[in-house]
Amino acid sequence: MITLFDYELSSDCYQARLALAVLGLHYSRVDVEFYPGREHETEWFTELSPLQQLPVLRDEHTTLYDAQAILVYLAARHDATGTWLPRRDPVLVGEVTQWLGLSRALASSAGAARLHESLGHVTDVTAARARAHTLLRTLDEHLWFGEQEGRSWLCAADHPTIADLAVFPDVALSEEGGVSRIDYPAVRRWTDRVKRIDGFVPRSGLFPGGSAAAPWPR
Amino acid sequence: MPTPPCTDPVVLNLWHPLSAVAETAAGQDHTTTLLEEQIGYAWSPDAGARAWRTGATQHQLPTLVRYGYIWTSLGTPPKDLFSIPEYDEPDRRNMNASTIGVHVSAPRAIENFLDMAHFPFVHTDVLGSEPHTEVVEYDVDVSAERDEVLATRCRMFQPKASASSSAGAEVEYVYRVPHPYCSILYKTSGDDPGRKDVIAVFLQPVDQEHVRAHLLLSVLDDAHEDKEIRNFQQSIFGQDKPILENQFPKRLPLDPRSETPIRADKSAVAYRRWLSGKGITYGVIPAGR
Repeated sequence: MITLFDYELSSDCYQARLALAVLGLHYSRVDVEFYPGREHETEWFTELSPLQQLPVLRDEHTTLYDAQAILVYLAARHDATGTWLPRRDPVLVGEVTQWLGLSRALASSAGAARLHESLGHVTDVTAARARAHTLLRTLDEHLWFGEQEGRSWLCAADHPTIADLAVFPDVALSEEGGVSRIDYPAVRRWTDRVKRIDGFVPRSGLFPGGSAAAPWPR
Repeated sequence: MPTPPCTDPVVLNLWHPLSAVAETAAGQDHTTTLLEEQIGYAWSPDAGARAWRTGATQHQLPTLVRYGYIWTSLGTPPKDLFSIPEYDEPDRRNMNASTIGVHVSAPRAIENFLDMAHFPFVHTDVLGSEPHTEVVEYDVDVSAERDEVLATRCRMFQPKASASSSAGAEVEYVYRVPHPYCSILYKTSGDDPGRKDVIAVFLQPVDQEHVRAHLLLSVLDDAHEDKEIRNFQQSIFGQDKPILENQFPKRLPLDPRSETPIRADKSAVAYRRWLSGKGITYGVIPAGR
């Protein structure tokens, strides 16, 4: 039985919920109130997650407290198709890992700007936004050239990977941190494609995709 | 003293919320922004609340502690705040669901709070669902004596009206707007259909286009933990947030010709007229400009 220690409004938690959903896994949720309860700082939670990070995933005897580690584990353990983390292809494994790194960089820039705006977290919001724009520009160029080559996803495969799930949340929520996506049309087209992945779940603040095109896979 | 950034006397003389007492570490100084000014505040169980303009600590601002929040004013406020009698009922659970910064003017946020027509589309399968999208006729009254907007007989089919609901039900709402930037709603309680849960939004105007939204819950619920009740409301508010932040213009236009209301907007029409009558200029686009 899989248990996710989860906070609805956290984008890292949302990455884990997305992965569980697209993999079609059943799990139970334990609410950990990040705000205002600061439950992630309690003794019982620190025992699970020494860095007081959300989410935490427990599966049988495994406990993991890092969003990207959770995605890697879920795909490696529970994806019979082997597509979400294509372990047999060294190039794809490298690409996936590179984009997981970008998702962390987004969390500390676009995500930090969002926490500054909504919960008043102290951060240099001008620097955080500038960094987020650098990342979005890189992402937009990569996706635009990919589209020219007939590639729809972050990695050079004809299907999405956990990289798409990891990068999506902080991109899709960036406007709440004052980071507009108006200048990144290829990014906007890609977020629409992610919303049409079979099994996609929205979260508070994000709405489901339109039915303009068939869900993926077609 | 330099001229304050906000020169609207109506707004300067109001009480404004600064923070939930439960989220204010006792005995320490805190700062926040109110009407574009840096305000320091502190609270302790013995000394109560204090507030001051940063850099003018010797000059105390008036304070109140009501409904679990610290309130202050930058002008000459009325003696007391509007009344919420239900708050003192002994079996109610009172708590701050969240204080969240939103890039919107206070009056736009009040209008969203009053609006039922968006429930099926924004709070799908929670506060509304298709095909139950009609906002049936309701009553709006502006009480001259209490100086507040009152909307009654508001009804909506809700799949999941609160943390304590197990099935869909038609829920009746009453809305009060007793303060230009504060509103209170009463909705049929899931636990006790003869009584109503109270949810209030108190908007702290950071500037004309930013607020901190303080969300008070005063509910009848014996079954759920505080965090479950808050989580439900935080998710709802998270759905409203991008809608609020994408409204344009961000300040609320008061000219009746500037936006086109429909019948379901009756309470918003009354609210705008009420604001115009007060001569309010902060956070709005006054008529005729």
